[in-house]
Amino acid sequence: MRRDFILSLWRGRLRVFALAALSALLGWSSAWAEQSTAIDLAAELQQFKDGSFDDKARIVASLESSGDERAIAILKSLLAGVLYYRKHDERVVIVKETDDGYQLSDVLNGESLGDVERRDVKKIPINNALRGQLRGALARLSLSHKNPAVRLAAVKEIIKDIDAETVPLLRQALTKEADDKVLEALRTGVAMMDVGSDDKAVRLAAIKNLGETLLPEARQHLQALVEPDGEADAAIRLAATQALAQIESRRQVYGFLETVFFGLSLGSVLLLAAIGLAITFGVMGVINMAHGELMMLGAYTTYVVQLLMPGHIEYSLLVAVPAAFLVAGLVGIAIERGVIRFLYGRPLETLLATFGISLLLQQAVRSVFSPLNRSVETPAWMSGSLEINSALALTYNRLYIILFSLLVFAALLLILKKTSLGLQVRAVAQNRDMAKAMGIRTQWVDALTFGLGSGIAGVAGVALSQLTNVGPNLGQAYIIDSFMVVVFGGVGNLWGTLVGALSLGVVNKFLEPWSGAVLAKILVLIFIILFIQKRPRGLFPQKGRAAEG
Amino acid sequence: MPSKGLLLRILEHDTGGKIFLSLLAVVAVLVSVLNLAVPEGSPLHVSTYTVTLLGKYLCYALLAVALDLVWGYCGILSLGHAAFFALGGYCMGMYLMRQVGDRGVYGNPDLPDFMVFLNWTELPWYWFGFDQFWFTMLMVMLVPGVLALVFGWLAFRSRVTGVYLSIITQALTFALMLAFFRNEMGFGGNNGLTDFKELLGFNLQNDVTRVGLFLISALTLAVAYFVARYVVNSKLGRVVVAVRDAEDRARFIGYKVESFKLWIFVFSAMLAGLAGALYVPQVGIINPSEFSPLNSIELVVWVAVGGCGTLYGAVLGALLVNFAKTYFTGALPEVWLFALGTLFVVVTLFLPHGLVGLLKRRRKKATLNEAPT
Repeated sequence: MRRDFILSLWRGRLRVFALAALSALLGWSSAWAEQSTAIDLAAELQQFKDGSFDDKARIVASLESSGDERAIAILKSLLAGVLYYRKHDERVVIVKETDDGYQLSDVLNGESLGDVERRDVKKIPINNALRGQLRGALARLSLSHKNPAVRLAAVKEIIKDIDAETVPLLRQALTKEADDKVLEALRTGVAMMDVGSDDKAVRLAAIKNLGETLLPEARQHLQALVEPDGEADAAIRLAATQALAQIESRRQVYGFLETVFFGLSLGSVLLLAAIGLAITFGVMGVINMAHGELMMLGAYTTYVVQLLMPGHIEYSLLVAVPAAFLVAGLVGIAIERGVIRFLYGRPLETLLATFGISLLLQQAVRSVFSPLNRSVETPAWMSGSLEINSALALTYNRLYIILFSLLVFAALLLILKKTSLGLQVRAVAQNRDMAKAMGIRTQWVDALTFGLGSGIAGVAGVALSQLTNVGPNLGQAYIIDSFMVVVFGGVGNLWGTLVGALSLGVVNKFLEPWSGAVLAKILVLIFIILFIQKRPRGLFPQKGRAAEG
Repeated sequence: MPSKGLLLRILEHDTGGKIFLSLLAVVAVLVSVLNLAVPEGSPLHVSTYTVTLLGKYLCYALLAVALDLVWGYCGILSLGHAAFFALGGYCMGMYLMRQVGDRGVYGNPDLPDFMVFLNWTELPWYWFGFDQFWFTMLMVMLVPGVLALVFGWLAFRSRVTGVYLSIITQALTFALMLAFFRNEMGFGGNNGLTDFKELLGFNLQNDVTRVGLFLISALTLAVAYFVARYVVNSKLGRVVVAVRDAEDRARFIGYKVESFKLWIFVFSAMLAGLAGALYVPQVGIINPSEFSPLNSIELVVWVAVGGCGTLYGAVLGALLVNFAKTYFTGALPEVWLFALGTLFVVVTLFLPHGLVGLLKRRRKKATLNEAPT
């Protein structure tokens, strides 16, 4: 029985290779396990070298039952034929072929042991029976691994190419499994086999199971049943059609959620870009065409910070956020003190002068950093994605940017509503002369407000550096969009900016599938142009005396 | 002669205009003669390259006059005038493409090369008629005019003014730029329209054609100047200035402010379209980057440098800034954006009325100084 099983495993060669590759993921994760088992393993390994094939089979079995996590990696390398021993000290090693010889590493902890000539090492031979045993052992080890993610990946690998011989493994695992996602995948795998059984009741039950999962393989199996020449039994066909419809509707729901997510992430980028503008344009009434360039400065600050701390990319963003805030904020204050304060009350001139500043900043960056795009690294904790299920995966960088933009928004709201600076900013915005009469240093408030808006632009630049290329034109791509958001949401209204940004982002993403990205953008622009006709003061117009300015 | 009397009457109190038009006439004649009659080796010879360059500047000057009409006289700071310019240019480009006929790379008598490349089998409907010159000239004025009419009607009716208007005009030209970048639009996508052969049967590479285009540009600029001066001197022009200075007051007096603004906006857009149509055969290409918001803003700075609200100031600014641009981009390409950026800041901070304003102030100071003695 067991022998049959092993032989059958050996047939599904490709499948288990994939399994083996996956197990490499966790191979060295526990390199520093307890010393005693390490010695044990090492002793066992040493016998590999000159034992007979029967001896090796025994060692493989003992490795499998040892419960040691490193067993997977060892078995994997044995199966892949990269397990060698060094001739001079008979030490068992893993080799990696390079251009001019072999690169050795330790079997147990992956430690590099240097390069050697080909003739200095000798391969540990295995035969077909052993290969079959190895594959079975690897599959079982992966399926019973203590990390659910590993188990899930193993099941997914198996059901990609399921056959009668692997199903017992899954059935066995099903009895012990506790994790919901792994359970779902296991059931799907078993059901995929059961669909082909002779018992109609079993088939119907299996179809029902398949209808409840989102794994693409389940859908393929069902599709095969409903095809014109697929299935003769009408009841089965009907059940399969219903199951497919069920999958389809669930997929649509998740597709919808995914689009909403993409929309929100685009919206949060817009929000970050527009929120600083909501301060300078909305609260102060200053058209700052250099806003995009302040974002660009923030992105370049991230780049410089990463250059300064090359070994600590994970923390670089934490440093970059305040750094970018300071850099962009100080540049903003300089712009306000140097140019804008002479132009209050002359919006068109402000627009032109700040546009000139944006050209200056762009060219300055071009001269200092070269006109080419710079690469900003993404920390490990921001890459990858959060898999909700097989139809919906949310990438971490977008997720973090949504959270980050909301955080920035909340912080800004707090500053404006709860601090004395916020109070003064609002007072100056509402009635400059009265504020002055009450003893507020309006010039100082102007500079700080502008610095705050600019600093937030810099922070937005840090976020953008994780999404797009960092180059001198980074800001230009966002300036029109962010003005649109502010105008759409209602000038001088932070909540309007929030709603405006998120809704524009979502609308854009919903238009994209049927019109293409560029046309979607054009449509949104036209929509805003028309919208301003209808409501010239945006979604949430300012009311009262402040609106007259 | 009554016509001469009319022209002189238009230029009454317009010393700057008189100087500019006389200079324009002298330069136009001199440059054409020096290019065609003087042999190439002579130091006095003006190269065809220079003639085309000057022709290009004159188109820019015409565009600047168009913007000065709406900005200087009506207070509408349009950041989308490059869109009207480019639309006029595209109309002319379509005509020139049709003139290429079967001399394109693919030799298709009806379809321009890029359409053959995209595997299109027939001409899109909006390309029909562009094989006729009169139709093209009509469209050169009409397309920008109608766009300005629709856009202006929507904007002015709902009283979108000031900075808001500037930003949505910028969005307009940005949207058009994105649209024209698409191949599906049928305007050559990224590459635009180029490889023109001839205009009305004249080879575009010929010196004579180049000089002819230069002279036509000069003439058009002069005529446009007269018309623009006439418009701003007329009663309509005075109302437009009133709208600029006190929109609400003009409205309460009983003028339909929206109609006046719309009229001047459409007229200006048509002039811009005309400038674009003259520009394309001289430059030999029109592509979507002409729509880029930066172009519109650069245009604003020409007018600001010269001094807005004078017409001739706009011409002066366009010529000076573009001359500087040609010089810098050739000699010190790194410096050009620094120079342009500084120009923006300096002009808005220290020269609110441009160079013309500076000259006027000088003269006023001089007369004041002389008066007591």
